Amino acid sequence: MLKQVETSRAIAETVALCRPEVICAYPITPQTHIVEALAEMVGAGQLQHCEFINVESEFAALSVAIGASAAGARAYTATASQGLLFMAEAVYNAAGLGLPIVMTIGNRAIGAPINIWNDHSDSMSMRDAGWIQLYAETPQESADLHILAFRVAEELSCPVMVCVDGFVLTHSYEPVDLVTQGDVDAYLPAFEPRQVLDPADPVSIGAMVGPEAFLEVRYLAHHKQLRALECIPELSQEFRERFGHASGGLLRTYRTEGAETIVVALGSVNGTIQEVVDDLRREGSAIGSVSVCCYRPFPLAALRAAIGEAKRVIVVEKSLAPGIGGILSTDVRTALSHTSIPLFTAIAGLGGRAITKASLRGLFKGAEAGVLDALTFLDLHTELIQRHLERESKRRRSGPPAENLLADIRLLAAQIG
Amino acid sequence: MFQIRIHGRGGQGVVTAAEILSIAAFLKGKYAQAFPAFGSERMGAPVTAFCRIDDRRIRLREPIVEPDALIIQDATLLHRVPLFDGLADSAYVLINSTRSFPELALNEIAKPLLPERCWTLPATKLGLEHVGRPIPNAALLGGFAAMTGVLSIDSVASAIMNKFSGSVGEKNVAAARAAYGLVMERNVAHAEAS
Repeated sequence: MLKQVETSRAIAETVALCRPEVICAYPITPQTHIVEALAEMVGAGQLQHCEFINVESEFAALSVAIGASAAGARAYTATASQGLLFMAEAVYNAAGLGLPIVMTIGNRAIGAPINIWNDHSDSMSMRDAGWIQLYAETPQESADLHILAFRVAEELSCPVMVCVDGFVLTHSYEPVDLVTQGDVDAYLPAFEPRQVLDPADPVSIGAMVGPEAFLEVRYLAHHKQLRALECIPELSQEFRERFGHASGGLLRTYRTEGAETIVVALGSVNGTIQEVVDDLRREGSAIGSVSVCCYRPFPLAALRAAIGEAKRVIVVEKSLAPGIGGILSTDVRTALSHTSIPLFTAIAGLGGRAITKASLRGLFKGAEAGVLDALTFLDLHTELIQRHLERESKRRRSGPPAENLLADIRLLAAQIG
Repeated sequence: MFQIRIHGRGGQGVVTAAEILSIAAFLKGKYAQAFPAFGSERMGAPVTAFCRIDDRRIRLREPIVEPDALIIQDATLLHRVPLFDGLADSAYVLINSTRSFPELALNEIAKPLLPERCWTLPATKLGLEHVGRPIPNAALLGGFAAMTGVLSIDSVASAIMNKFSGSVGEKNVAAARAAYGLVMERNVAHAEAS
């Protein structure tokens, strides 16, 4: 049924339809509305056969999920930002043990400086932990990906993160087609664990493994990710047949036929990118875009095929690896090896900086005109940077950068006013 | 596409107002998107929320930079926070105040705008009268429906009931309808005068 609803609410209702048996929660902005709604549903008896556990930290949240999953329960949690960092050891453990936990990330920047707004620094920090990572483009997909995530996770015995842009998606009120319990039950069978702590058939889980087999266990984790590259398109197709609309898949192309310029991005910014693509197409530019849904495993072959004979690729990404630049760009570059297609990286939207149509348009036109640098920081306030660098060159005790920049902004605003 | 930007302070229901507008549009078969631009969430801090209404699916996710309508829930933000950025000459402005545009020192802002699209409304007073709390948002939404005609008062009322059930919803609907009536009277008076 189509409802005008906050995305966090739609996610919670969809997770509930997946019949989780254990939900561990520790609140952190901007994912809090999701677990609050689930707590209400458990409390009201609307979500039955589910234990909702308030824990003392994010580390505990995922650790409890690991224990629950090892005991054969379908387990779910959600976090963001520093919360994900605080559970980092357990994040690697869940994947290393091969436990099919589903976790929502309400994508948010990482401090310092402390910032509650959206970018992809948090989930990117865990990209190599062995979890499958899916990025939602719309409120509808934010809900749908959770059904796909449980199915993929349990099929492969591998945990899945569903990454949803904080505030931009989590707090947006939009129409979402909420699916039915019958359809979810038909799509997502009861959890049949590959390994389970069962007193009737005892095993131990979590052995210490020395040099004799560690490489092989790790290889199997890689092998599982490669299998996900086949499994995710198949299960996304099955999703489409069952629910009547498309969500998930490895990636989605938008107007890439005959495109000379192709823009690649993760998550909700793809909507704004598509608006700019339409404007530029109307003006005669040969431009298209690719929304990467499945970031881990990274769909090298599918992306290579989507880029085809394009003359240039622009990666717009909401994360920064200081010292090299883009993170998604590094993966896209791997997909482009053995080609001479130039790649441009634009770091955009960090800490909730708005990514506007006007700025994207300037970026894409710059690439078409051949005047774009290989690495760009979209809408960088260069005067602020200049002032700080001058301060550092003049004084040894130049002070804390974040506080200095904020003071400069107030000063510049007063001059303009 | 019709774009609405709402300015107010934490605790005044700014985000809820944008959500109710989106529900009202949805109930009329339109596509709608409402979202907040929070500062750190504190009572009294400036808050902005946005609502887009369109006949087709909305993909755009930038904040609203060129609003077709502005709703200002707290007149103490005037002259302190940039409220009127990106405003087109054809835009609507609705301010919660018992004072007029000239009394609020907004002559310069109002000059390029159409006079029948600039109203103030005693929305806090209406909130106190009908809801029993100094919350201006429901009254402003009723006033918005009357001023713009973008949404009917009945769809605003249904959206309020969708968000708040029972007597709380009914009281908010009463505030919205009272405001709607006030602005409609002024619309008529304006039409007769011109």
